[in-house]
Amino acid sequence: MCLIMSRIRNSVLILFLFLSTDFIFPKTITVGKNEKIKSIKQALALCEDGDVIRITGGFYPESNLVVTKQISLLGIDLPTISGSRKERILTVRANNVAVSGIHFADAGASFVKDNAAVKLDSVTGCAIENNEFSNNFFGIYLGKSWNCKIRNNKIIASQKAQTYSGNGIHLWYCKNIIIEGNTIDGHRDGIYLEFVRRSLIKNNFSTRNLRYGLHFMFSDSCEYSHNTFQHNSAGVAVMFTHHVQMHSNLFINNWGGASFGLLLKEITDGKIYNNKFVRNTCGIYLEGSNRNIVEHNLFENNGWAIRLMANSMDNNFMKNNFVGNSFEVTTNNTRNYNTFANNYWSDYQGYDLNKDGIGETPHHPVKLFSLLVEKNRPTLLLLRSFFVELLNTAEKVFPVLTPETLVDKYPEMSFIK
Amino acid sequence: MNALKSIIKYQVHDTFRSKWLVVYTLFFVVLSYGLLSFTNDSNKVILSLLNINMIVIPLTSLIFGTIYLYNNRDYIILILSQPINRKTLFVGLYLGLSVPMVLSFLLGTGLPILIYIRNFKEAGTVLLNLFVGGVFETFIFVSVSFLIATMNENKMKGLGLAIFLWLFFTALYDGLILITLQVLREYPLEIPSIIFTILNPIDLSRLLVILRFDISALMGYTGAVFNQFLGSGFGMIVSIISLAVWCVVPLFFGLKTFSRKDF
Amino acid sequence: MIRAEKLYKKYGALEALKGLDVEIKSNTLTYIVGPNGSGKTTFIKSVLGLVKPTSGNIFVDGTKLNGIYNYRAKIGYMPQIASFPENLSVKEVLTLLKEIRNVNEKFDDELIHLLNLEKEFEKRIKTLSGGTKQKLNAVIAFLFNPQILILDEPSAGLDPVSSSILKDKILKEKNAGKTILFTSHIMSELEELAEEIIFLLEGSICFAGKKDELIAMTGEKNLERAIANLMVGEKV
Repeated sequence: MCLIMSRIRNSVLILFLFLSTDFIFPKTITVGKNEKIKSIKQALALCEDGDVIRITGGFYPESNLVVTKQISLLGIDLPTISGSRKERILTVRANNVAVSGIHFADAGASFVKDNAAVKLDSVTGCAIENNEFSNNFFGIYLGKSWNCKIRNNKIIASQKAQTYSGNGIHLWYCKNIIIEGNTIDGHRDGIYLEFVRRSLIKNNFSTRNLRYGLHFMFSDSCEYSHNTFQHNSAGVAVMFTHHVQMHSNLFINNWGGASFGLLLKEITDGKIYNNKFVRNTCGIYLEGSNRNIVEHNLFENNGWAIRLMANSMDNNFMKNNFVGNSFEVTTNNTRNYNTFANNYWSDYQGYDLNKDGIGETPHHPVKLFSLLVEKNRPTLLLLRSFFVELLNTAEKVFPVLTPETLVDKYPEMSFIK
Repeated sequence: MNALKSIIKYQVHDTFRSKWLVVYTLFFVVLSYGLLSFTNDSNKVILSLLNINMIVIPLTSLIFGTIYLYNNRDYIILILSQPINRKTLFVGLYLGLSVPMVLSFLLGTGLPILIYIRNFKEAGTVLLNLFVGGVFETFIFVSVSFLIATMNENKMKGLGLAIFLWLFFTALYDGLILITLQVLREYPLEIPSIIFTILNPIDLSRLLVILRFDISALMGYTGAVFNQFLGSGFGMIVSIISLAVWCVVPLFFGLKTFSRKDF
Repeated sequence: MIRAEKLYKKYGALEALKGLDVEIKSNTLTYIVGPNGSGKTTFIKSVLGLVKPTSGNIFVDGTKLNGIYNYRAKIGYMPQIASFPENLSVKEVLTLLKEIRNVNEKFDDELIHLLNLEKEFEKRIKTLSGGTKQKLNAVIAFLFNPQILILDEPSAGLDPVSSSILKDKILKEKNAGKTILFTSHIMSELEELAEEIIFLLEGSICFAGKKDELIAMTGEKNLERAIANLMVGEKV
C-alpha cells in the first residue's frame, strides 16, 4: 500500500514539475574541473527554471554570481566558492532556489556594500541548508524575502574588529522565515533582524560574536526558542518590538562592561519564559519596557540577575529562580511599578512557619550596595564585605534609598522545579 | 633546630588537649554541617563560610593569641632560663598555637564538606580559595596578636587593642574605603582602591573568594584596571604574596620585640 | 663565677639597678637579700639573660653576656612562680626540658624521689596543687646537674618538710662544689646556709661580704638583726 501511495505521490510531483516548467524537461548541470562545464558562472548562464546545478568538490574563485532562475545549487563533496576577500559571492533573485552542501569563503568586507556570501534579494520559498561559511563579511543576507528557510548552516568568521565584520545571518524586511539549527561564530551580530514579522528562530548556537549573539529591532510577533547564546561580547539585544516570545533559550557566559544576557529596550507585551541565564554580567536589562511577562526562568551566578531601569512599568516577574547572583535586582529609581511574586531567591533569609512553601516575610531583592555600585563602580571591590552587609541590613530594616515596593511578598522557600 | 621541634611538638600537644580548641573545632563542625544540611545551595554555604573567615577567625585568632602569650608568661620565663634562643621559643609558641588552630578550622569545616562534596563539584577553586583564605587569616591574626602581646605588658590594654584591631580590619577599614570612594568619586580611584584593599588581610581573603565567585561575572563592568588585576592570574599572585607578607611582617616585629624584651 | 660591672637597669623612669659592681665566687652559697623592689629579681634575671641591662656588663665564668644563650646550660633556675603548659603531664614537661637542653643522661633525679613526685608523673599540670608545681619547679632547677644554681625565693610555697628537703639538697650541692645563689625578701630558714651576703637596697649594694663580717660589723647576734640594723642605718 505504502509503496503504491508514494509512487502516486511522486507521479503527481513530477506532473507538477512538468506543469511549472512549461513542459521543458529539467536537466542536471554538473560543474567541475573534469567536467565540460568548469565554472559556476557558465552553468548559471545555461540553466533554466527547475534545473539542478551540481558543483563537484574543488575550489572556485568566483564572485558576483547571480541566480535568476528557480534552480537548485547542490554541492558534492563540499566545493568551496571564494569571493577572494573582495566581492560578494552569490545573489539569489529568483524564487524557490535551494542552496546546499557548499562552502562559501571570503566574501570581501566593504564599507559601502553589504557584501554577503549568500544574499536573497526579494524572493520567496528559498532554502539555504547544510552549507558552511567561513570568513565572510556577511554570511547569509535576506532582504525583503518571504517564506524562506535557513537551516543547519555553519557560519564562522574570525575578524577582531566590528568594522571589518558583518552579521552571520542578516534579515531585513522579511516575513515567515525559519532560522533553525545554525551555528554562528565570530561575526559582528550572530543573527540580526530588522523589520521582520512572524518568523521562528530555533535551536541556533550563536557564540563569540563581536557584538550581539542575536540582535533584533522592529520585529514583532516572532518566536525565539531553544537557542544558545554564549560568550557574545554584548549578549542578546531586543529592541522596539511588540509581542515577542522568547522561551527555552540559554544565555550563558556573556561577560563584559556593556554585556547582557538579554537587553530589552522598548519591548512591550513580550513573554520570556523557561530561559536560563547563567554567568552573565547582567541576566536581563530592561529599559523602557512594559507589560512583559518574565516567568519560570533561571538566573544563576550572574553579576546582576535583573537590572530594571526606571522607565519600565507593569512587568511581571513570577516563578523565577534566582540562585547565587551577586546582585539579584537593581534599579535606578526609588519607585517601582513592576510586580515580583512567587520567585525563589537564594538570598532570602526569611522563614516559613506555616509550612506552605511561601516565606512569611517579604524579600527585598534590591540591596543598598547595588545602588552604590550603580553610581560608583570602584566600590564593587567591597562586595560581600562585613561593612557592606551591615549597610544592606540597615537599609533592609529602614529603607531610605531602595524602593520600598520592589519586594517579593510571596517568596518561595525552595527551588521551583 | 631540635629545640624548635620540641617546643612546637609540646605546644601543639598542649593546645590540642585544651578545651577551647575542642570548642573551636566543634563550632566549625556544627556550623558547617548545619549549613550543609540546611541547604543544597553550595553558593550559600560558601558565602556563609566566607563570613566566618572574615569575622570569627580574625577575632578568635587575635583574642586567643594575646591571651595565650599573657597566660604563658611564667612558663616563657622558665623556658628562657634554659639554653635556648629567644627566637626559637617565639616561633615555637607561634606555630604551637597557630598550627592547631588552622587544623581545627580545616577539620571542622572540611569534614562536613567532604560528606557533602557532591554539592561542590563546580565550586572546587572557590572552596580551595576559601580554605587558603581561612588558613592565612589564622596565621596572620595569631601573628598580629603575638605582636600586640609582646609590645604591651598590660593585659587589658593588649586585649583591648586586639578587639579594636579586629573591629578596624573587619568593618571600619571598609567603611573608610567606601567613604573615601564616595567623597572622591570624581577622580580615577581604581588603582588606589585596589591598593587599599590589599593592605587589609581580611579584604584580601575576601577577594580570593569573590575573584572566583562574583568578579568573573562582574568583570569588565568595573573598567580596565580592575579587569586586568582581578581577571588575571596576576591578581591572584599579588593577593597570595600580600597575604604571606601579612603573616611575616607582624611576626618579624614580634620577634624583634620579643628578643629585646625584659621578662 | 659571676661578675657584674656597673650594672644599670632602668624600667621607664624607674631605676631598678643603679650601677652594681659585684662578684659571686665559685663554690659559694650567696644570699641576696633586700626588701621588695630592691632589685634582687632584676639582678637574677639579668644574670639569666631574661632582663637586658641598660648598661654595664655581666660575666659568667668569664664569658660576657651579650645576647648569647648557651651559657645557660650551666645554670639551673628556680623561679618564684612555677608555670607550665596546663595540658602537659609532669613527665612531658621534664622530657621537653631534656629535649631543649639536648641532654639524655646523667640527670640528678634525687629530688624527684625525695619530694615523692613519681606518683604525679602522668598527671596533667592543671590538676596539680600549687605546692606540687613548686616541687616540680625545684626538681627542674637541679635536674641537669648545673654548675650554678639560681633560686628565687625557693622556700616560698613549699611546705616545711619539702622546704627542709630542699635545704639539705642545697647544702649537698654546695659541698659538691656548686655555686649557689638564692634570694629572699623575708628572713627564711635558708638564711643560715648563707656564706656570702649581698644586701641590696633600692638598686644599690648596701653590703657585700661574708655573713660573719656583717654580723661582726653591726655587732648584732644574728643575720636578721644585722640586716635590720643596716636597714635602719640606711634610713637614718
